[in-house]
This record gives sequence, C-alpha cells and structure tokens, in this order.
Amino acid sequence: MSRIGRQTIKIERPVYIRESAAIVGVKEGEGPLRDSFDVVLTDDTLGESTWEKSESKLQKKAVFTALDKAGLAQKDIDYVLAGDLLNQCIGAHYCMRDMDIPFLGLYGACSTMTESLSIGAMLIGGGFADNVLCATSSHFCTAEKQFRTPLEYGGQRPPAAQWTVTGSGCAALSSEKGIAMITHVTSGKVIDKGISDLTNMGAAMAPAAIDTLIAHFKETGQKPSDYDLILTGDLGHIGSDILIDLMGREGYNLRNIHNDCGKMIFDGEKQDTHAGGSGCGCCASVLCGHIMGEFKKGNLNKILVMATGALMNPMIVQQGESIPCIAHAVTIEREAQ
Amino acid sequence: MKHEMTNKEYGEYVKKKTPNSTILKNCVKAFLIGGLICAIGEGFITLYKAIGLDEESAATFESITMIFLGALLTGLDIYPKIAKHAGAGTVVPITGFANSVVSPALEAKTEGMVLGTGAKIFTIAGPVILYGALASWVAGLIYWVTSMI
Amino acid sequence: MDTVIEFVKAFVVGGLICVIGQILIDKTQLTPARILVTFVVSGVVLQFFGIYEPLVSFAGAGATVPLTGFGYNLCKGAYRAVAEKGLLGVFTGGLTAAAGGVCAAIVFGFLVAVVFRSKSKT
Repeated sequence: MSRIGRQTIKIERPVYIRESAAIVGVKEGEGPLRDSFDVVLTDDTLGESTWEKSESKLQKKAVFTALDKAGLAQKDIDYVLAGDLLNQCIGAHYCMRDMDIPFLGLYGACSTMTESLSIGAMLIGGGFADNVLCATSSHFCTAEKQFRTPLEYGGQRPPAAQWTVTGSGCAALSSEKGIAMITHVTSGKVIDKGISDLTNMGAAMAPAAIDTLIAHFKETGQKPSDYDLILTGDLGHIGSDILIDLMGREGYNLRNIHNDCGKMIFDGEKQDTHAGGSGCGCCASVLCGHIMGEFKKGNLNKILVMATGALMNPMIVQQGESIPCIAHAVTIEREAQ
Repeated sequence: MKHEMTNKEYGEYVKKKTPNSTILKNCVKAFLIGGLICAIGEGFITLYKAIGLDEESAATFESITMIFLGALLTGLDIYPKIAKHAGAGTVVPITGFANSVVSPALEAKTEGMVLGTGAKIFTIAGPVILYGALASWVAGLIYWVTSMI
Repeated sequence: MDTVIEFVKAFVVGGLICVIGQILIDKTQLTPARILVTFVVSGVVLQFFGIYEPLVSFAGAGATVPLTGFGYNLCKGAYRAVAEKGLLGVFTGGLTAAAGGVCAAIVFGFLVAVVFRSKSKT
C-alpha cells in the first residue's frame, strides 16, 4: 500500500469485493433498478414494532445475505465496518449486538458506504485483515423522524428535496478473488460552502464532491475518460448538475460519464421523488446491487464511486450554522487491467 | 481549484441552479382545497344552527368537528396525501392545526405514552399556542390599560 | 340562494387566506411552523385593530377556519373577559375562548395516537 498524494492511496495488496448484497424497501422496489436488488421488502416495518428496529433488521438482513452469497461465516470475518444516519448510529449498533465480529462504527452521513469501503480496503491492503464486511443502511421513516417532520405531518416537499432511501447494502471485502478490486482510495476533507438549506442537500454536498474528485484526478494522474462511470452517492439531480457544471469549469468533462445513485434508484416523474434519492442506503443499495451486478455481467471495467455526506444535524442548523459536507472516493476495477 | 467561488458566490449560483416551486399551480391548489375545507366548515355551522344552537356554540362545535376530522384523516394517513398537493390549503385551516398535533403524537407513541406522545404532542403546534396566547394577553392588557384611562 | 352565497363567500375568502400562506411557503424561507405562528399572531393583531370581525361577519367559516380565525378568537375572548372581569380577564380571556379547540385537539390527538400507528410513505 502506498500513499500517492495528500488524500489518495494506491492499494497494492489486492483487495477484492468478493460479494455484495442489497436490500431495499417497497418504494425502491418499484423503481427502475428493482431487478438488481437481492431482496425487495413487501413491508417496510420488517415486522418490527419501531422504525429504528426495522432499520437494524434491514441492515442485518443485508449483512447475512452478503455472508451467504460470499460463502463465509461470521468467524471468517476479521472486521465489520458499519454505520447509518441515526443518532449514535443505533441502526448499526443494534444490528451488531447480535453479531460475533469485531466492529468499528462509522459515521459519514450519506458518505458512509464509501468511507467503509475505504477503511476496509486499507485494513486488507495493509495486511491487518483478510475479510472485512462494509455495511450501511438508511430508512425513510427513521430519517424523517430524526431530520424532518413526523411521517403523518401534512406538508409539501420543495422541488430540491430528496427522498431518503429505505435500503441497506453490504460488501464483503476479501484478500481472495472476487467480482472486482478496490485499487485506489481518496479520502475527502470537510468542505462547507455556506449552504444552510436543509431541503437542498445536493447543492450543499456538491462542493465536497468536487474537492475530492479534483484531488483524485490530480493525485492519481487519471482523467474522467479513464473511467466507465463516475458514480456519486446521493447528489440527486440538482447536486449532479452543479457537479458536472463546476467540474467542467475546472477542465474535467464528466458529461456522459457521470451518474448518481440518487438519480438512478427512483423514477422522479412517476415516483414523485423531486431531486432524487438520498441516505446511506442509496449508494449502498445501488452499488451493492446494480453496480456490482454490472461488473459481474462484464458491462463495467473501471469505475470511481464517491458517496457524499452532509455532516450536520437539524439542531445546529437551527442555531444558524451552515452544512459541512464530505465525499470519499474509491476506484473499483475488474482484475488484470 | 482554479475557479474557487466565495460562499456568497456559491449561494447565488445555487439559487440559479435550484428550480423554483411552481407557485401558480400551488396557489390554485391551495385556493381550491383550502376553500373547500372552509366551505365544509360553513356547512357544519349551518347544520348546527339548524338544529338550534346559537351562533357561538355552533361556531365552537364546528371547530371541534373540523379538528376531529383533521385528526381522523391524519390517523388514516389520508391528510398527508391531500397535503402533498394542497400545501398551505391544508396547513392553514384548523384541520392543519389538528394534523400538526396528531402527527408527532402518533409517531412518538413508540417512545411511550408519557415521554413519547405526551412530551411530543405539541412539538409543532406548541409555538402556535404560545404565540397566540401571548399575543392575545398583550392585546387584552392594552385593552385593559386603555379602558382604565 | 342565500345559503349558497354564504358557502361561496366562505370558499373564496378561506381559499384566498390559504393562497397567502402558499405564497409565503414558496417565496420565503419560512417553514410551515413559522407560517402558522405568523397566521395566529396576525389574527390577533387584525382583531386588535378591529379588522377581522367584519371579515368574519362577511365570510363566516371562510374567516374562522383558517388559523387567523384562531387568533381572532383568542383576541375577541381577551377583550370580552377584560370588559367583564378587568385585569383577571387579561389572563383568562384568550385561552378560555380557545379552550374548545385546544381541548378537542388534545383529546382527538391523543385518541388517534392510541388507535393508529404511523405508516411508511411511498
């Protein structure tokens, strides 16, 4: 493993995504990617009495499905890296109390999926582990409750609002062969361009995405056309437009190469999701479901996936603060490029 | 970055990039649904007067009925579906006040009837009662002081 | 015919008050909670200056059903109580007038919370 820049490392010991699993809720299962998920729920409660328990169970389902698909048992796993959006990461913590695996909890808001992949790749790449699970989840109902208004409250969502994905993804990283390899990790810095509108997260997060993306290109010497796909987590329609526009001004043409999990998971017209999907589970389920599926089919060879997160809570925004954001990127490649 | 923007420049750039609400369409929907809710209220007043209630009792019973309907439609998950289209048309009428009381009470039930429902029931409507009561206290005080002179 | 006109007046005036709220939602950064507070206080202030009463006589439920009507009711109650009881009325008038509505919201709010369960949204 070697550091090739201020923010980027090249993983030299091979790190594979051995298998992955994606579980989504009812609405996500009605979207364009419905066939790529391992499980589509028929009931967003998962039979639990509280939404928080539902989210934990969702994440557990994703972890167990990934273990099954990878043919691994809990004892084979050296670390599980997981997080979610809830206070004190209770989604992940109450999932992991039923597990028998050393656990490191992460909070990167909606960037947690790529944060976990980054650290997982470092652990295996650095020789500290052979098998690592990376999991995150989000649930519409827990997120609304914590960040917005009660579920039954009647209000109108502004056009820039995004819809929190009910979903979870888990990737089983391994030093042994798998679907694709993680070759580079670019870790983001916390960037705040003064946006304080909680209903326009895409615009708040886009500058962090731009910062990490430019660092990645500079430090790896790659250009956008070296990738089949540059995939962001949940910038949504507005954040994606800003990303493409401002990256263009910096001399990087992302048009036709960029896509965003938040744009892909819902049909904005039919599903009334305004600026698109959001939440940890958005990037997690699209990456662990659809994207890994495309790698398996041979439709993708090299991608950069970068999830973005808004590192605030409603209280501090009410206190007048703006929204600090972050983006973490990992390069995923098919073997023997 | 070559073209680094200041926070202020970025804020203005974002404003340009963010689509505006379709205000005309929203206003038409708010007008129609808000108006309809008021007309239903008028219907109850007419009804209660017809069965012999005086003006004031009829008006109060009408408020109580509208609050009941707003609460029930919230419990049945119908009110938020109408509100998605109606916007202020369902926020401003007294049924919206009922919705703002019921929705946190309902959601917080999982945290118990006292610390959940009990503590959260006025998280949205509380400010309305606080500032409404405060304003009427000030108005009453001014009226009392001026009536003394 | 008169009844029909009453309904039309209630519909139009109530609808227009909602339109003011919609413009505030779309054109300002005001959250619905702030708009509700603005409406209630506006009702009190308008009644304080004697403007809201004529609107109520004209539009009936069109003026009382929107939250400005709640403010109107609070203010009217305070006035009446002050006239009857003096300083004591300053404290009892507003909430006494609003008691029916507030108690209904508490009772029905509680009952709905007991009976129903919050549902996922699609």
